[in-house]
Amino acid sequence: MSEDRAGGTQSDGTDPSDGTRATSRLGRRLAVERLSSYWLGGAGYFAVGLFVLILVVLTYQSLPILAAYPLSELLLSSNWDPAANEFGFLPAIVGTLYVTALSMAMGAPLAVLVAVYIAEYATGRTKTLVSTFIDVLAAIPSVIFGLVALVVVVPFVGDYLAPAVGADTTGLGILTVSLVMAIVVTPFMISLSVESLEALPDELRESSLGVGATRWETVRSVLLRAAGPGIFSAVLLGFGRVFGATIVPAMLIGGQTQLPDSPFSTGQTLPTLIVNDFGELMSLPLTQSALIFVGLLLVVVVWLFNFGAALVRRRLQRRWQY
Amino acid sequence: MTDTVLEAEDLAVTYTGDRRVEAVKGVDLSVPANRLTAIIGPSGCGKSTFLKALDRLHDIQPGVEVSGEVYLRGDPVYGTDKPAPELRRRIGYVPQDPTPLPLSIYENVAYGLRIHGMYDSERDLNDRVEQYLRQVDLWDEVDDRLDSPAAELSTGQIQRLCLARSLAVEPDVLLCDEVTSALDPISAENVEETLARLAEEYTIVMVTHSMDQAKRLADEVVFLYLGEVIEANDVRSFFEDPQHERTKRFVSGPAEDEYAVSNAD
Repeated sequence: MSEDRAGGTQSDGTDPSDGTRATSRLGRRLAVERLSSYWLGGAGYFAVGLFVLILVVLTYQSLPILAAYPLSELLLSSNWDPAANEFGFLPAIVGTLYVTALSMAMGAPLAVLVAVYIAEYATGRTKTLVSTFIDVLAAIPSVIFGLVALVVVVPFVGDYLAPAVGADTTGLGILTVSLVMAIVVTPFMISLSVESLEALPDELRESSLGVGATRWETVRSVLLRAAGPGIFSAVLLGFGRVFGATIVPAMLIGGQTQLPDSPFSTGQTLPTLIVNDFGELMSLPLTQSALIFVGLLLVVVVWLFNFGAALVRRRLQRRWQY
Repeated sequence: MTDTVLEAEDLAVTYTGDRRVEAVKGVDLSVPANRLTAIIGPSGCGKSTFLKALDRLHDIQPGVEVSGEVYLRGDPVYGTDKPAPELRRRIGYVPQDPTPLPLSIYENVAYGLRIHGMYDSERDLNDRVEQYLRQVDLWDEVDDRLDSPAAELSTGQIQRLCLARSLAVEPDVLLCDEVTSALDPISAENVEETLARLAEEYTIVMVTHSMDQAKRLADEVVFLYLGEVIEANDVRSFFEDPQHERTKRFVSGPAEDEYAVSNAD
């Protein structure tokens, strides 16, 4: 033990000052140890506190609109005209659900297919290349997608797709937003799904191949099921992101608060309602409260998505143990 | 009378990762029908790698090169146009870690049968599932919960389920990779008893690092060391009259550490 003491006085262990020093040192170490749980706990509770604070502020500020109108009217009326004191959220709610459903219908299957390709089929350089590009896509700020879409997707939908199916549109609208949001969230869902697949033990693949299954049969019957909890929660997190998406819908949806009657309709989502009406209409007190209520709605729904994702993941994992 | 089911000819496996590691170096081996061949050797000597190569399981791993040839009843396994899945059906493989497919107990056994369409009716499928679950001494323990997830079983039960899953597709030979090493002693004993009974009707190749297990179960023993076959013989001659110096040292049981090799297999 005394061997690794650099220089200094050689101790034979009988030097009384050694013991005293160790004791006072231990005292300090334990004090820091006790403090550490306070700092770390404090940081943790700070995060919880923020969430609660946001909920409290949003709820409190929503009270005026909730007092002025019954909840059913707010949620089910399709008239949105703050200047005339009409606060129907239905168009924005339907618009949000429409965009979420369409973009997930396009994005989720694509995400799973690409994830399977990267995790199970691609090898070597191809794999590195494809997964690097997916990660790069996921890191692009969504406003860039909005810009590119204005130049590419909007004319495509307006000049080709809509006329082909006999619809009339400028190219701005629900479908365009859904297409672009699918592109925005798919890389994110792919990355999470690839992680789930790659976390599976090789024995699972070997067991399936070992009885003579093909690679595709192994993917379909075994791997997708075993990685199911992870993939499912990736998709739910994708849902949450589309649901709360702001900038892309604001740029591409056309911003008319009306009930959409087709995918080519212009419309409004809950976040775009806030963005579009925030500046000019905040001077009207009830409008401010109405928009904050929309914010509350968004927070609660997105939180439910995340909570649901975690719950489903845990339950499925317990069932199959992967 | 000893006809050969599986034969390896100059079989070599090289990992081509950051540095090339030749894990199996040109192994020749024949597996006689209806006998249990045990491959023994210290950990890291290439046993598992060799076993997987017999079933072309390295195909799915990047960075692994296999050379040489394996013959299944005389037909090449590597140099052939025959689809790998059909070859793998005929060569069963049970991995070291108990690996339930994420399906019910019933569907784990029915898995291969469904893939290959090896049944005439649902009734026939039921019968086959029962037959193979009985064959691995599992039927009485699970017959009232066939639809429960297989993952709910104990590890020893899962390992026997894996044996049933492999046997159900009627392979010519069954490869078992240290199937008792991840189990508690009592489960290990159960699985070993099952293996002993299966050895009476099947051709089995079993990897083990336990000499005692090889003594108890094997008809033939192959001693693999650093990727090479040092000695192969029937179980009595192998243990009673080892020919090579290294086999003698291994059999007479020096500290296993002396043989341990750092790179895991």
